[in-house]
Amino acid sequence: MNMLAQALRELVGMFVDDGALALAIVTAVISAAMVAALVPQAPLVAGGVLVLGCLGALLLSVIKAGRR
Amino acid sequence: MTNALPLIWPAMAAAFLASLVEAVEALTVVLAVATVRGWRPAGSGALAGLAILAVIVVALGPILDRVPLHLLQLVIGILLLLFGMRWLRKAILRSAGVIPLHDETLTFANETAELREQARRNEARLDWLAGLTSFKAVLLEGLEVVFIVIALSAGRGTLVSASAGAVLACLLVVGVGFIVHRPLARVPENTLKFAVGIMLSAFGVFWTGEGLGVPWPGEDLAIIGFAGLFLVVSAAAVAVARRPRAEVLS
Repeated sequence: MNMLAQALRELVGMFVDDGALALAIVTAVISAAMVAALVPQAPLVAGGVLVLGCLGALLLSVIKAGRR
Repeated sequence: MTNALPLIWPAMAAAFLASLVEAVEALTVVLAVATVRGWRPAGSGALAGLAILAVIVVALGPILDRVPLHLLQLVIGILLLLFGMRWLRKAILRSAGVIPLHDETLTFANETAELREQARRNEARLDWLAGLTSFKAVLLEGLEVVFIVIALSAGRGTLVSASAGAVLACLLVVGVGFIVHRPLARVPENTLKFAVGIMLSAFGVFWTGEGLGVPWPGEDLAIIGFAGLFLVVSAAAVAVARRPRAEVLS
């Protein structure tokens, strides 16, 4: 059981290191999905939200870590 | 679906570089096990890890074939974003001196010391524990390689080129490791992680957008544009977060 829990932790750790960054990425994807659903005639707007959201999430995460 | 040709080289290069990093990390642990307990437990553990990886790949293939393309691209894209941006963030923080660089020599020393301590406590079970350490290292680092290869080739027919990149990197590291017989500490790991983080993040944005139905301008070539954007923002992030060497956290 202990080994299984450890394996699961390692698996999650492959994708999530800084929880705030992971949350920001997921938020950017959800925002892009909402824009894609609400403005289907301009799908590139959703693409823009996704790109800017991810870049912003990365920059903010690094700045936050740098201040610690 | 667009032509996969423009993606073959980026996918192969990303898989090669990422696998190089993972293989170097796995080799360090396998070498530590071999140094303390010999090649038998180290080799058996590594081979068992490779066997489990092969089972995972064989089992995953048919399952992924059944998932609708857009859903597959969306899920893989999000996972690639999480995985790639995690690597990129860490590489940026290391380049900026916020966290120390990864040190294969130190990892090797720590693994060796830990195995020797285990030997002192429980000699009888040591071969088994040594094999397990080797198995775990190969399986965990190998899982990342498998994920990267599958993610880079999601529904785009680049599985062969991405796999070739990964296999080439693993063979190269194993070959050099056997010859020099010590951790490959001089591999510029952070530079590689920086480059791979940028490429995986770019692929992640591309797949996620495709999954959401975004018609990227330039189709597959948009990945190169995303990589450029990630590079510019990452370079800016390094400059913003940069710390004097003396302040680097230990």
